[in-house]
Amino acid sequence: MDLVISVLSGAFLFSGAFFVLAAGVGVLRLPDVFSRLHAAGMKDTMGSALTLIGLMFLGGLSLVTVKLILIWILLWFTCSVATHSVARAAFLGGVRPVLAGHQNEAAAAPPPPQSAMNGLDSREMEPSD
Amino acid sequence: MIVLSTLVILTVMTMAILRGLRGPTVYDRILAVNMFGTATVLLIAVLGFLTGRPDFLDLAILYALLSFIGTIALLKYVSYGDLSSSEHPEDQEDTWTW
Repeated sequence: MDLVISVLSGAFLFSGAFFVLAAGVGVLRLPDVFSRLHAAGMKDTMGSALTLIGLMFLGGLSLVTVKLILIWILLWFTCSVATHSVARAAFLGGVRPVLAGHQNEAAAAPPPPQSAMNGLDSREMEPSD
Repeated sequence: MIVLSTLVILTVMTMAILRGLRGPTVYDRILAVNMFGTATVLLIAVLGFLTGRPDFLDLAILYALLSFIGTIALLKYVSYGDLSSSEHPEDQEDTWTW
């Protein structure tokens, strides 16, 4: 039984380490902030979840596992919200994603009208052309 | 395997610092700070098991909350230029241009 638990824990820890490392490489090498956010979100959900599940097998049925589940739930919700907030702030701040074949046009595009992005804002949008 | 996980998390923290130093926009730096905070939470949890004393998990819970609040506060400060404001800068009289 101990062997089964250690093998399961090792497998989950290894998968978590793989996702965390992939996210680190992605954050360093991907071209713009949105694709980097995608890589970072992969680490926040899959990497931390698999690592914490691997630690739960080591912790057994105790208070340690309860705390690990609490950390998991906290990371699961807060990191998704933080990633979405960074992406929204970057888009509203005028950063445009790098698209294939549209690099120059995307780099030269002006920031969008704020009322078009807010959704809750009912100001009239002025024609941009 | 815990040692491997610890080393990988430390490597990723280094990568996040590199991205924070290199990042062309301020959002890349905020992303790096957020990623560093998550990696710190994981590192605290893994280090507790590595040293055989998983008592540091309370610190990990606390740091997960603090890192989230810090990220949101940074984003609000960068976006609005003021932590107590609820208006967009375009609605104010002195528009702060990007």
